[in-house]
Amino acid sequence: MSVQISEAETVPVAWTRNDLLDLESLTAEEISLILDTADSFKERTDNCTKKLALLQGKTVANLFFENSTRTRTSFSLAARRLGADTVDFSSSGSSLSKGETFIDTAKNIEAMGVDAVVVRHRTPGTPRLLAQNIGCSIVNAGDGPHEHPTQGLLDILTIRQQRGSIDGLTVALVGDIAHSRTARSNIWGLQKLGAHVIVCGPTTLVSQRWEEFGVEIANSLDEILPRCDVLNLLRIQFERQQMRPFPSVREYALLYAMTGQRMKAAKDDVLIMAPGPINRGVEVTPEVADGPHSVILEQVNNGLAVRMAVLWLLLGADRATETKPR
Amino acid sequence: MSKLLIQNGRVIDPAQGLDRVTNVLIEDGRIAGYDVGSSDDMELVNATGKIVAPGLIDMHVHLREPGREEDETVATGTAAAVVGGFTSIACIPNTEPPIDTRDTVQYIKHQAARADNCNVYVVACASKGREGKELAEIGQLVEAGAVAFSDDGSPIYDSELMRRALEYCSMFNKPILNHAEVLELTRGGVMHEGSVSMVLALPGMPAEAEDVMTSRDISLSEATGGRIHMMHVSSAGSVEMIRRAKLRDVPITAEVTPHHFTLTDECLRSFDSNFKMSPPLRGQRHVDACIAGLADGTIDVIATDHAPHSPEKKMQELDLAPFGIVGLETCLGLVITKLIEPGILDWSTALAKMTINPATILGLDKGTLAVGAEADVTVIDPQVRWIVDPSEFRSKSVNTPFGGEELIGRADTVIVGGRIKHRASAPAVAAV
Repeated sequence: MSVQISEAETVPVAWTRNDLLDLESLTAEEISLILDTADSFKERTDNCTKKLALLQGKTVANLFFENSTRTRTSFSLAARRLGADTVDFSSSGSSLSKGETFIDTAKNIEAMGVDAVVVRHRTPGTPRLLAQNIGCSIVNAGDGPHEHPTQGLLDILTIRQQRGSIDGLTVALVGDIAHSRTARSNIWGLQKLGAHVIVCGPTTLVSQRWEEFGVEIANSLDEILPRCDVLNLLRIQFERQQMRPFPSVREYALLYAMTGQRMKAAKDDVLIMAPGPINRGVEVTPEVADGPHSVILEQVNNGLAVRMAVLWLLLGADRATETKPR
Repeated sequence: MSKLLIQNGRVIDPAQGLDRVTNVLIEDGRIAGYDVGSSDDMELVNATGKIVAPGLIDMHVHLREPGREEDETVATGTAAAVVGGFTSIACIPNTEPPIDTRDTVQYIKHQAARADNCNVYVVACASKGREGKELAEIGQLVEAGAVAFSDDGSPIYDSELMRRALEYCSMFNKPILNHAEVLELTRGGVMHEGSVSMVLALPGMPAEAEDVMTSRDISLSEATGGRIHMMHVSSAGSVEMIRRAKLRDVPITAEVTPHHFTLTDECLRSFDSNFKMSPPLRGQRHVDACIAGLADGTIDVIATDHAPHSPEKKMQELDLAPFGIVGLETCLGLVITKLIEPGILDWSTALAKMTINPATILGLDKGTLAVGAEADVTVIDPQVRWIVDPSEFRSKSVNTPFGGEELIGRADTVIVGGRIKHRASAPAVAAV
């Protein structure tokens, strides 16, 4: 049983890429195309609960060199909602644990006849290296702290659904900017769509060099709070830090946790987002995470829609001519 | 009585301040004279339109033997050296086992003699086992032929050990070659810390990690009078500190590699591990400082830091791939293309940094075409344009970031001890 999407929507550009590696290299039009496609899938599948047959006969492999539950599940579901088969391939730790390079691993999977490889790896750039070495489509599902394009896209989609447009909004990314792939993907995507981006956190986690890219730097959450339309509260990536960049979790929470008290200083219609998993009490208190301004669970649902859109754009029958769901 | 005449080349010998078109006669392995006409008993090398230079010297080469023969051997490394125009190289002791005994020094010399490609000088470990704990048997190593001491691959970390090494080596008038890097600041690092590393989220290695140790080494050299040579200088701060130290007559010398005067950290956007080296490729400001240091004499030497790694090692993820690139076969072309052609260095200055300067630092009786000198000669074609093709490398490894690059100039004929070891236009000929 499948639902066909029949109504064609006008889309601004053709999708020509074979891979989705980052948002840094995408154009505003390409990002909007993915978001429009995601919206349209969402609408026509009753919030991604129904199946389509658009990718029947295609196989999507999840190649996760780093642990993940949510992203992997989300990609698997997205692929299946489109009628594709999925196969999971996980390899903990180094790909060399069995003496095989990660490129050989991927080549082996490709040789089994998959059409797309969704890859997560602890090392920045690994998806790009795979894309250079194998022919099937590569989707970056997080390469260390570098980028996590579908997370950036789902965050932006969530904001766009709530506000209609990204242009002119002030969005603060709060927390561990240094080690956050979500931060990087959000920065590029939001800027391209016209948002003013603030990165906020302790000096040890927020490089002044972001200013070179037109990003505002803030070390005080309280100072920027009143002018933010969106607060995206990033998780402290303890596992990626070489040396703890602040004296204690208690001190961090004191300075940067989004609390009920701080909410009083925020705009009335502020959106509270978190890419998760959230450390309750560290980045955000439960009353805020579960409060009326929170769109955290909408983000999760949008994750499915965005991943469906990405897989369809990459694997859809004829990329060159068919640029919209039918 | 073999005679070889290099005819009609532009002979540039910085050691003698010589730069004129003439013939160079080689007789019995030594430079016998200039302005000599040809006669029937001479083998002739036509150097018209070419530059006749003292044989090039690379004082920073990792030959990998013993222990990592899958990456390079003395035979393949010296073959690569000769093709690159080098007639003498100094090999670095971070082998397995490290070169810290008379036996290992002798082994290298023996392998070099068997390969019979070019002269090989041995840099031995400064510390036993290259462990950075106690001094290696420096006196015995000097006796075995070591020309300098270094723990390269790693810095000489313990400041007291460095002080002792400088003091002790001064007794033998041998330099310490140090890799300046404060490891706490580069832990887990993959590339230069800057805007690019921030965007790529690759762990950074800040320039200050080099500067802090350069500063220490200058202080200790100044205090002890021991000769310090800073390997592969890559940061603006270090260049400036070395410049000032030289003004105070600190016995310090320094080298820069071709990749540090040609490439920046922007290259890492490709995530290609052939751009991963230590010290890392830095920002343009640092590259400009290295070039300025080469131009004003702060930097004495151009050395390759030839660091072969087999493809399966370099093909790993960027954090696992080892640091380093090969350099012997691209160095001369890069010097000509990036320094001489743009007018940054004149021929004599550039050649000094690859001939007499490294010879002087290492105390070698090399690096000049003076009458009576051993006939190590590199005839350079300064105009030929060629594309770097790693598949043609003599080196056992192909980890170069310059593959596909068009370079100007390369070694045409390479003569070691009076014997032609390489001809670009013709296959290498047997010993004369």
